[in-house]
Amino acid sequence: MRADPADYRLVSPGNLLGALSLLASEPAQWLPIAGGTDVMVLYSAGKLTNRNLIDIWNIPELRQIEVFPDRISIGAACTYTVLRQHEIVSREFSLLATAASWTGGIANQNRGTLGGNIANASPAADSLPALLVYDAVLTLISVRGERRVPYRTFHTGYKQTILAADELILNISLPRRFSKYFSHARKVGARNAQAISKVCLAALGQVANGAIRDVRLALGSVAPVPLRLNETEKMLTGKEIEPSLIDAARKSVLKEIRPIDDIRSTARYRSAVACNLVTEFLAKLAAEGAAA
Amino acid sequence: MTVRHIIGASVPRKEGWDKVTGAARYVDDMALPGMLHGATVRSTIARGKIKQIHFGPGVDWNEYVVVSAKDIPGKNCIALILDDQPCLASEFVNHPEEPILLLAHPDRPKLRKAVEAVSIEYDSLPALHTIEESERQSTIIWGRDNTFKNFLVEKGDVDAIWKKAAHIVEGEYFTGAQEQLYIENNGVIAAFDPKNGVTVWGSLQCPYYVHKALITLFALPEEKVRVVQMETGGAFGGKEEYPSMIAGHAALLAMKSGRPVKIVYDRMEDMAATTKRHPSRTRHRTAVSKDGRILGGEIEFTIDGGAYATLSSVVLSRGTIHAGGAYYWPNVRIRTKAVATNAPPHGAFRGFGAPQSLFAMERHMDRIAQVVGISPVEVRRRNFLKSGQTTTTEQTIKENIDLDRLLKRALELSDYAAKKKRFAEKNKAGTNRKGIGIAAFLHGAGFTGSGERYLNSLVGAEAGADGIVRVLVSSAEFGQGTNTVLCQIAAEALGLPYENVSIAQPDTSVVPNSGPTVASRTAMIVGKLVQSAARGIKETLTKTGLLHEDYSPEQFRAACKEYIATHGALKSYARYEAPPDVFWDDEKYRGEAYAAFAWAVYVAEVTVDLTTYSVTVDDFVALQEVGRVLHPVLAEGQITGGVAQAIGFALYENVVWQDGRMMNNQMTNYIMPASMDLPPIRVFFEENGNVHGAHGAKGIGELPMDGPAPAILNAVEDATGVRFCSIPLLPEDLFEALRPEFNEQAVPSSVRGIA
Repeated sequence: MRADPADYRLVSPGNLLGALSLLASEPAQWLPIAGGTDVMVLYSAGKLTNRNLIDIWNIPELRQIEVFPDRISIGAACTYTVLRQHEIVSREFSLLATAASWTGGIANQNRGTLGGNIANASPAADSLPALLVYDAVLTLISVRGERRVPYRTFHTGYKQTILAADELILNISLPRRFSKYFSHARKVGARNAQAISKVCLAALGQVANGAIRDVRLALGSVAPVPLRLNETEKMLTGKEIEPSLIDAARKSVLKEIRPIDDIRSTARYRSAVACNLVTEFLAKLAAEGAAA
Repeated sequence: MTVRHIIGASVPRKEGWDKVTGAARYVDDMALPGMLHGATVRSTIARGKIKQIHFGPGVDWNEYVVVSAKDIPGKNCIALILDDQPCLASEFVNHPEEPILLLAHPDRPKLRKAVEAVSIEYDSLPALHTIEESERQSTIIWGRDNTFKNFLVEKGDVDAIWKKAAHIVEGEYFTGAQEQLYIENNGVIAAFDPKNGVTVWGSLQCPYYVHKALITLFALPEEKVRVVQMETGGAFGGKEEYPSMIAGHAALLAMKSGRPVKIVYDRMEDMAATTKRHPSRTRHRTAVSKDGRILGGEIEFTIDGGAYATLSSVVLSRGTIHAGGAYYWPNVRIRTKAVATNAPPHGAFRGFGAPQSLFAMERHMDRIAQVVGISPVEVRRRNFLKSGQTTTTEQTIKENIDLDRLLKRALELSDYAAKKKRFAEKNKAGTNRKGIGIAAFLHGAGFTGSGERYLNSLVGAEAGADGIVRVLVSSAEFGQGTNTVLCQIAAEALGLPYENVSIAQPDTSVVPNSGPTVASRTAMIVGKLVQSAARGIKETLTKTGLLHEDYSPEQFRAACKEYIATHGALKSYARYEAPPDVFWDDEKYRGEAYAAFAWAVYVAEVTVDLTTYSVTVDDFVALQEVGRVLHPVLAEGQITGGVAQAIGFALYENVVWQDGRMMNNQMTNYIMPASMDLPPIRVFFEENGNVHGAHGAKGIGELPMDGPAPAILNAVEDATGVRFCSIPLLPEDLFEALRPEFNEQAVPSSVRGIA
């Protein structure tokens, strides 16, 4: 442990208003902490620069999952374990349940939260590509009020987000209209569990009359932000899956991604694997379409 | 009543109950009254002259005890072989993370800030970071030529064979550094008092190595240094030499402060500052007959020792002797060297040089097979050492070993032939490629050459009035089973139940020097001495007429009680005696290198995923001849763990270096395989016995580290047709080799990526 606990202040208001008031009282001075799976790693390494922490783990509004006919609303402090065990999430949002199962080990899944994953804003986060393809909508809340924003607009750059200093993520809302889609998720890490992604893919697709009716592709670890492949999706829509289309998709993927060399992998490797994952998905989607 | 079958039975671990119930005490569980915590200020550059040390603002330095090289009462070195490594750098630093100052404070969290508040100004000097840079000698960083040690092994007439060769097969092979990753980081507590001297409690493998180092560092007589091994959470060689350093540091702080001092590294410090496996390069040039027989060859084996000599000469020695593998070389010249670079010194790690040179040998055998046009199985069969033949150091194989038979059994166990055929067919389509590979190898047990003679190990046994016999050795338990196996041997020798034998905590004030706990020597060498010492107890009792054959534990207890009442303590000692027919020439590096070799054939089955370029080991067969299995569960555990660690060495564990510093010194970025990455590891033994070991045992601790890496890379080549010669073999390497034409530059580089 490289940090001195005496240097830190932790306040646990226990209710939403208390937390929001504190956040608003001293702008940019407070860091919310829920499960602590990111914050405590920094703390332990002596690299946590925020000295004032607000515990939001025990705030009821952040821990609930509400199911509506047209959407599901997931409290930001719901853990990966809760997501994995939730019936609707596993049935209708399997990409999210799968991503939750990839994240860390069981202990991390018991503490790590979906809202924390979003706010931490790592481009390598496992659950974020799933949120992109499911058209997630975030509710952000502060003493000033609530606002609803499409998740795809949330990340503005590497570890940069639109979250204001006095705001918390209240919940994540997912429209319930993807249960008929073919879904495919794959994570490529340095080992089969407890590894940070080198590349990860969340993909949804529907084939009708031999052609792609709708396709949604998102990748992690290939850009400064979790990336939805808008251009590639546009290019694929309405077409029949055949070798030439797959080639075109690979070229398009390369145009959209911006991977880097870092301690975990190389840009070249990430590029090639990103293309391969999309290829794999399209092949499976074609097989699915043919079977249907 | 005689108790049978203690040897060969999987009795409970002596310390097992305490470990699983949490009662076992590790160094960080221990606290002494008034104890301070210590921390280390380390160099931030690879090489340079220390100009000035500043104690920065924001820290009340009066609260801290500060130790520098000037406070060392004896010689400023970690005494080991060459004594070239300072305990604290005083004028020059030679690698990143080199210790310069020591700080102590009662409050542990206050130390980190103080360490960071110390700034050190240097005049940088040019540094060397690879074997090649060190060889070029553009700057000299150690001795006259950057070389810690050379060996030359010559057998027959190599120069005359090239013209007789049908094929000359060349290859170059590389292995990387590897971190031991014991669960418990390095840690010690030290106390000092002017009358009794230094006492250290620590997580360590070799109490008497630490003892020797502290005697030199403090200029104290032997009896004023006491070293106690606490329960140790893994070591793998990583606690062979490094504990002498951290023990010296804690003891210096204890002396200066007059209070006990604890130093326990966190994972980041442990990974960055302590030893790793030596990176290596091996070059083979082999003359081969038309039918694939080795006529002779040259082997060049070079290891990167880091900044100081430490154990590099002995690691090199083992690597040198194992370089020719399990094969018969009529003519051979093996030139080896350990070179200096400006990295923290590389050190002991399970296998100790052999996994490096054997990786090269076993990859090279597959290469020879290809060039000659025979199978990997056949090339090995045609070259295996046979009883009566000599090794590269001209040691005659006296034991009855049949490697052909071992190979045949391994192929059957792994269903090699059928799989090979099936994979070749399956690989024609799909996005996966499957392959199967073998490695055949040997591992010498005990110290190399005359090493055991120099060690001159002493072992004791002491019977109490309660009839319990206590084994007295400095051999340490660190998960491998020392306590259990040595107690089994003593119990068997005494005809007592296993429960009636215990083992003393290694404490240099109590136990004799039975040598370091290294080199797969404990069960075989120390075990044999334990057997003699235990027999000595029995003989003393029978000679005095207190005990007769076929005694019960109760009769034994009564005899002990009576003996002790009359004569005092009942102890027996046994000292190592070199076998009379063993000859070793240190100058020519020739003769009986090891009293015994364990032999093995391993088979790895892999899948290469062409979507992710990753290799998965699907099945692993580990068959070995180990003399005698003393404890089946522990023996199998040793093999399984070693294979897992070697899979890490082959496919996962990559130390990312920058200017001599490990950049990925966290377990999130230094990837060791976990349970989901490991195949079923199927362990099989053959037991031919060994006249030099207790109950015929040979060493097995290191053996399983040697074979998996080449077997796996042989399998990868079988799967892909691409020849990889360097480990760790990462998905990125496979990708570059399989898809060299890949062009990701779909858009101009100026708009790509971020910093």
